[in-house]
Amino acid sequence: MLGRVTKYRVKNDAPSEVFEAASEQERKDRLLLSYAERVEKTLDVKAVQSGGGHTNELVFDLVGVDASIANALRRILLAEVATVAIEHVYMFMNSSIIHDEILAHRLGLIPIMANPRMFEFVGEEGGEQDEPTEFNTCVFKLEVKNPADPADMPDPMPTGTSYAAGPRRTMNVFSGAMEWCPHGDQVERFEGEGGLRPVHDDILIAKLRPGQEIVAEMHCRKGIGKDHAKFSPVATASYRLLPVVTLKEEVEGQEAEELVAKCPLNVFDIEDLGGAGKRAKVARPRDCTMCRECIREPGWSDKVSLSRVADHFIFGIESVGMLPPKELLKDSIQVLRQKCDSMIAEVEAFESGVDFDEAMP
Amino acid sequence: MADPVNGAAVGDEMEEEQDNPTGGVTYLCGDCGSDNLIKAKDPIQCRQCGYRIMYKKRTKRLIQFEAR
Repeated sequence: MLGRVTKYRVKNDAPSEVFEAASEQERKDRLLLSYAERVEKTLDVKAVQSGGGHTNELVFDLVGVDASIANALRRILLAEVATVAIEHVYMFMNSSIIHDEILAHRLGLIPIMANPRMFEFVGEEGGEQDEPTEFNTCVFKLEVKNPADPADMPDPMPTGTSYAAGPRRTMNVFSGAMEWCPHGDQVERFEGEGGLRPVHDDILIAKLRPGQEIVAEMHCRKGIGKDHAKFSPVATASYRLLPVVTLKEEVEGQEAEELVAKCPLNVFDIEDLGGAGKRAKVARPRDCTMCRECIREPGWSDKVSLSRVADHFIFGIESVGMLPPKELLKDSIQVLRQKCDSMIAEVEAFESGVDFDEAMP
Repeated sequence: MADPVNGAAVGDEMEEEQDNPTGGVTYLCGDCGSDNLIKAKDPIQCRQCGYRIMYKKRTKRLIQFEAR
């Protein structure tokens, strides 16, 4: 039996699948074309919005692929696209109230504005084994002190520091106080990007009472989110299926007003029919969250139908900031391709009877 | 903290114990915070305020941590 689930219908109790028999063309495609070729015919990617002017957010439609592919991209974005983060902290002095271990952990979580493509993995082939070099490591310095005598405090205060509110002269230390220490030709290599720095200058690292100080050196390296969440390039990457809201019959007059008032996400609008009264129409189906409020009361499920398109994904990427979301998507596709390539190589090696582990050095 | 890297001071273990050439170790008073040089048979008591709880000073050596 040929056919596929095209929609998920949401009713009062539970979602149900809408199964549609395959068309003549689909039958032929399924016999003649590979999965990749079929996807090529249906695949469509549309940019919907760039996060309302927010450069770190991207929403686009991914149409005509299996959920497994959308989910693969999402998981790769979360855990397998590389970024640069602080990995080792060399503490020379820390008399603040935050313990060394906690401080090191906090420093590690600060996003670093460094293009991961300009870095090698430590211990990567070709590079020196496990040795930090100017190609796999960058160094930051944090040197802050809240002088015991207020007269010793420079004016203006050092970058990335401020006094907390109140008369107690407690000093805030922000990520802006971290200073990049270029090594080798890093100054020239990162000139175009304006040098290396934390993505945000206003992350609170610690608070210092008068007389306390922190002196530390931080070594950053490239890694992936699978190893530690601090390497994850996205705040979140997620998808949802395109909602379809349809009115099965005309909803007019008083009922139209009711329907508009029912929906907490304002999916419906009222159409003015001139002298003939008012009619409800579906204006923003994308905003629908399938809350079912509109079909909750008896009788309404005959008027409104809620469903989702099974292969239309509204995909959202929120970048942390070191790479624009568009680049992250490209990177994630690149990782997926590499995975496919290694899978193909393994299958081919298996078919030809060669032991994979021996064939691949 | 079984991890060898986390919190490992880089340098010799024993070198710091005797931080004074004449013997003895400097401690911080738990009450007034002043430095106190205390030798082997000295009473454990602050010379300034008489407080009896003393704290050892933080190492001057570098300590390496994993930011994890």
